[in-house]
Amino acid sequence: MRVHLHPQRRTVELAGRRTVATLLRDLEVLPGTAMVIRGDVLLLDSETVEDDDEIEIRHVISGGAA
Amino acid sequence: MKCVRCRARPEVYLRAHNAAFCRPCFVGWFQRQVERTIAAERMCTAGDRILVAVSGGKDSLALWDALVALGHRTTGFYLAQGISGYSQRSRQKVEAFALGRGLELRVHDLADEGLEVPGVAAATRRSPCSACGTLKRHFFDQAALEGRFDVLATGHNLDDEAARLLGNLLRWQTTHLVRQRPVLEPRHAAQVRKVRPLFLLGEYETAVYAFMRGIDSVVEECPNAEGATQLLYKDALNRIEAASPGSKLSFVREFLRTGQAFFAAGAPHEEGPPGSCERCALPAFGRLCAHCRLVIEVERRRGGGTPAASV
Repeated sequence: MRVHLHPQRRTVELAGRRTVATLLRDLEVLPGTAMVIRGDVLLLDSETVEDDDEIEIRHVISGGAA
Repeated sequence: MKCVRCRARPEVYLRAHNAAFCRPCFVGWFQRQVERTIAAERMCTAGDRILVAVSGGKDSLALWDALVALGHRTTGFYLAQGISGYSQRSRQKVEAFALGRGLELRVHDLADEGLEVPGVAAATRRSPCSACGTLKRHFFDQAALEGRFDVLATGHNLDDEAARLLGNLLRWQTTHLVRQRPVLEPRHAAQVRKVRPLFLLGEYETAVYAFMRGIDSVVEECPNAEGATQLLYKDALNRIEAASPGSKLSFVREFLRTGQAFFAAGAPHEEGPPGSCERCALPAFGRLCAHCRLVIEVERRRGGGTPAASV
């Protein structure tokens, strides 16, 4: 699968189906700090991502506010 | 797992609340949280004119969207800070958001006064974040005053508040702890009430709301935020949150409910109300406000040229 990481603008290729929770752990992303998006839908930690999926991981933590 | 409200397939699970929601139910939950916070903290009443400070990021645009959905009278205010391409991209996001929804937006460009954040930081040898904070406070106050708004609302979320609280505690900054509230009443005739309606909603929750509402916000981080202390505190808090969901919420909420009173009771050195700045007439502790001191320093270091005395 192809995983696009934002705002890092980095793309990684991973092989093998896994749960979203495992995907986040593999990429060392803390729970609750990023949205996992497939198409235009958010994925829950318990959902499975497949080899042919295109996934976006969008980090939500910012350094300041308005 | 099912949506806690309608039993449909959920799209988001909030660990801190142990609750899953489908898209429509999450949007409704988020807006109700904002409404409840506004009512519980007496942030504003129906009919108040609210100036919403917007940066182009998810939090401030989510706040503006929610306030409009709840029927509040709002105007957006964007301060163009002159930070390389980042400010241009964030301004485009804000303008597109306002235009697409038919909302009133006011823009103040620091370049008009030669006060772009990178230039001010370089001239005064301050950190960009310090210069930015001083400039924002001044121009937010000025815009609220000039527009005769009742309330100034900012998009600070739970993670911002928790990181700020941790930073204040690590340094035992008691005067800051006493004033860390979601509502700051005006202490000067040239101030309006300042409110933070998202202070109990986490950064993940505001991001999900913005995503579900189709809000096109700046995804990239401000280039000056890299290595910012606030990010270090947020990371530490998120590691605690991962092991113990709900920690950030109870940290902030219980501080306000119980902890803050101890600091308020023993704060003999809390500042009294501010006077008026001799130069701009906005609130000041001393002859000049922090903003005017900054501008004068910039003028001096630049040899008396720009910025213009437009404060």
